[in-house]
Amino acid sequence: MNENPKIIAFLCNWCSYTGADLAGTSRMKYASYVRVIRVMCSGRVDPTFVIKSFQEGADGVLICGCHPGDCHYHEGNYKCLRRFHLLQKYIKQMGIQPERLRLEWISASEGREFSELVNEFSESIKALEPSQIKESIETFS
Amino acid sequence: MTKEVKPKINLAVYWGAACGGCCVSVLDVHESLFTVTEHANLVFWPIALDIKYKDVESMPDGFIDVTLFNGAVRNSENEHMAKLLRKKTKILVAYGSCAHMGGIPGLANFSNREGIFNRVYLESESTSNPEKVFPQQHHKVSEGVLELPEFHNDVKTLNQVVNVDYYLPGCPPQTERLVEVFLAIVSKTDLPPAGSVVGALDKSQCDECKRKKSDNKLVKVFKRPWQIKDDGVTCFIEQGVICMGPATRGGCGVRCVEGNAPCRGCYGPPSDVTDPGLKMMSAIATMIDSNDSAEIEKTIETIDDPAGTFYRYSLPGSILRRKVL
Amino acid sequence: MKQYTIDPITRLEGHGKVEIFCTDDGDVENVYFQVPELRGFEKFLEGRPVEEASQIVTKICGVCPGCHHMAAGKATDAVFGVKPTPTAVKLRELFYMAHFVHSHIAHFYALAAPDFVVGPTAPAAERNVLGVIAKVGVETGTEVLKQRRIAQEIQALLGGHQTHVVMNTPGGVRKGLTEEQRKDIELKAKGFVEFARFSLKVFNDVVLANKTYVDIILNGPYSLNLYSMGLVDENNKVNFYDGKVRVTDQDGKEHCKYSPHDYRNWLEERVEPYSYLKYPFLKQIGWKGFVEGKDSGVYHATPLSRLNAADGMATPLAQEQYEFMYKTLGGKPVHATLAMHWARLVELLYSAERALELAQDKEITGTDIQAELPNVPREGVGIVEAQRGTLTHHYLTDEKGIITKANIIVGTTNNNAAISMSLKKAAQGLIKKGVTVDDGILNMVEMAFRAYDPCFSCATHSLPGNMPLEVIFRNSKGDITRQVKRR
Ligand code: SF4
Ligand code: SF4
Ligand code: SF4
Ligand code: FES
Repeated sequence: MNENPKIIAFLCNWCSYTGADLAGTSRMKYASYVRVIRVMCSGRVDPTFVIKSFQEGADGVLICGCHPGDCHYHEGNYKCLRRFHLLQKYIKQMGIQPERLRLEWISASEGREFSELVNEFSESIKALEPSQIKESIETFS
Repeated sequence: MTKEVKPKINLAVYWGAACGGCCVSVLDVHESLFTVTEHANLVFWPIALDIKYKDVESMPDGFIDVTLFNGAVRNSENEHMAKLLRKKTKILVAYGSCAHMGGIPGLANFSNREGIFNRVYLESESTSNPEKVFPQQHHKVSEGVLELPEFHNDVKTLNQVVNVDYYLPGCPPQTERLVEVFLAIVSKTDLPPAGSVVGALDKSQCDECKRKKSDNKLVKVFKRPWQIKDDGVTCFIEQGVICMGPATRGGCGVRCVEGNAPCRGCYGPPSDVTDPGLKMMSAIATMIDSNDSAEIEKTIETIDDPAGTFYRYSLPGSILRRKVL
Repeated sequence: MKQYTIDPITRLEGHGKVEIFCTDDGDVENVYFQVPELRGFEKFLEGRPVEEASQIVTKICGVCPGCHHMAAGKATDAVFGVKPTPTAVKLRELFYMAHFVHSHIAHFYALAAPDFVVGPTAPAAERNVLGVIAKVGVETGTEVLKQRRIAQEIQALLGGHQTHVVMNTPGGVRKGLTEEQRKDIELKAKGFVEFARFSLKVFNDVVLANKTYVDIILNGPYSLNLYSMGLVDENNKVNFYDGKVRVTDQDGKEHCKYSPHDYRNWLEERVEPYSYLKYPFLKQIGWKGFVEGKDSGVYHATPLSRLNAADGMATPLAQEQYEFMYKTLGGKPVHATLAMHWARLVELLYSAERALELAQDKEITGTDIQAELPNVPREGVGIVEAQRGTLTHHYLTDEKGIITKANIIVGTTNNNAAISMSLKKAAQGLIKKGVTVDDGILNMVEMAFRAYDPCFSCATHSLPGNMPLEVIFRNSKGDITRQVKRR
């Protein structure tokens, strides 16, 4: 159990961030462990951002982009989808539970969906032990 | 060229956890050895000179102008020598993939001391060790005590132990590159800022590679090298075989690809990239020929051992450094 | 108690170290040979696709990468249950012969010759490659470098990467040979044969003509009565690339002859707490400690043991030399450690002749260089003779060919116990009460070690003034009373 997880969320500016904003303005409650980073497009989420987050102690990483077909840069979210699956396979091999990384599509109007997603993801991360990644890397070095 | 008498510099070569290939590549300077000895006194080189660790200890700090350190940092002796040589050396060069990024011995970071000891000394198919004897740092025999260095839990790159001035990549580095870098150092010209990679190109392998590439590198199934009939001319990735070319710095002459083997990345990432594996993942993401989640997953299923392939030479130097155990 | 430390003696998979314990009288009480390094390839091969192994394992050793590449390549073939095409096999063997030529030339001229051509107790400043050249002439020196370079060029041409070969792929090789390249190699191989014959002549004229040297070889404290191991072909002739492993006993009788996949029936390894390197021994005989004789499972795997374990050489000129060697040394088998140098030259001639045969083989320029892989991968063992001893790679994989387990018995490892014993015997024979331990004596101790050509020694001796050796004398309190250093 992890009572106080650190979660990083990369949100696409055009849809997901707006969705999150909507969740905020409509006072839908969502878990407060999440630190939001706004990016122009989910396609701009470099694998380095994700892995750096884990390295620096994140317990979970959430990436949100526009629904398929809706990306403002056409292909950005598909690129992100492929990277996401690759990263999943990679982190699994590195001893990091794949559940710690999640990708979802959230549109600008899906405030409720966003807050539900965040709550659900937060619960699933809370259910895991705190991430050992940072410590493991440090103890060994 | 004007003839001016320059004072010779003091040069040292040392190995950590290495295979010897780097030292051989230094010996391979052959005739250029004379160019080297013309400009340098070799003050420490365990494979070639009778100078002991003690002698290094008694050198004044900064006595050595240039040390070429090859090999990773695997045990307490490697670590001690890295620190000692740092103190005695003005310009410390991480020579070869092992010192640069951890190299092949760095693959040990998928495991740890216990895992390695158990496999080698207990479980190996030919080992019989019912008493579970393991090598000890201090072992008492009737005549006295025998010492061994401590085997660390993981492998470190040279710069994870001490400050490094330059990196000369390659497994081993091309000897010609060494001579160029060496001459630049002795003439004190053209030296890039400390911390730079030297003796390699800025661009990727693909830039130098002669294999035919088209713009549509789209892949549905990744294959192992033996699953294709290599035509010898088309880019490996276009044939579906993982090649580290896009995430690897040029400078070796694409020698593996010239030998019809895909590149495995020993020259490390190009200059704008810190983590070669993540760069490779980005590159591959643009090549997978699908927008459908399930199909993408299926394609990725066909990449066997991504971590061990994308970080073949660079696991300890990557962002995650090691498997979380 | 006096304690002598020789550190580093030379490199194995690390920095070898010798501890010599003496009584206060100055007699040698015990000698420990330690290898203080481990990298753990057996562990980190796990999870790797099996075809990558042959490239990963070259990094076990940058001096003999070709041996690991070949053993791994063969183990990988075995994992897939595939027989490489005839052309591929020939290309591999041709590469391998060039690898042997290259390494054996280096060892003889840079490492062994200084002791014999210049003299075992000659001033250290002369006891090196340059001293050898001074004795045998500059042209020879140039020729040595030239032949080595040519052998290296052939390796680079066939191997694809001048150091860490990328030649093998399951069922074959990645690159074929053109007729033009074949002709060029043929010419070069003829040069090898000439040079190998010349080298044997040097040995004959300089070493065998000198009674003192012959006496040192035969009667110095350098003889070990051990089992002999080596790879042989179907006619029991020496083979480096393929065949069965044969072990003969102290009288030359066959102890066993096994196929690679049966190695575990005959070999076992032991762990000692003071070294990272294990000690293989003959399983059916058992480990009886560091002792000689038929009851002890200690064996050696060296040029001499290979000749002992075989019935002869597969090429005509080498066979002549084989017979001459045994005749001169009083019959087979020979247990004089220093005869390894002679055996190595016989092997050099064999490699050269075999390289020529292969270069003249019509099939070698064939285009069918990779066989189909019919089977699901599982388990395989590959064995070759490395310059420094029989080399065994054993991999188990899952059905996709991902390695689940790997086991490696490296050339020099075979000789771990034998090297320890040779060192002890030489030290006991040479360092005694009343004997001043000087540079010459230390060199003679070291000669016991050097004969095995433990890995890295070839590189060690390619510059003058090398093979560092230091002996520290300690009194019973452990304080240093005197130091002798050889330069
Ligand atoms: S970088 Fe390559 S050649 Fe150099 S020591 Fe490491 S494994 Fe050997
Ligand atoms: S991916 Fe490999 S084969 Fe393709 S161009 Fe780059 S280096 Fe050449
Ligand atoms: S092709 Fe790649 S793996 Fe081969 S030497 Fe060049 S950088 Fe290294
Ligand atoms: S703009 Fe939203 S995912 Fe590309």
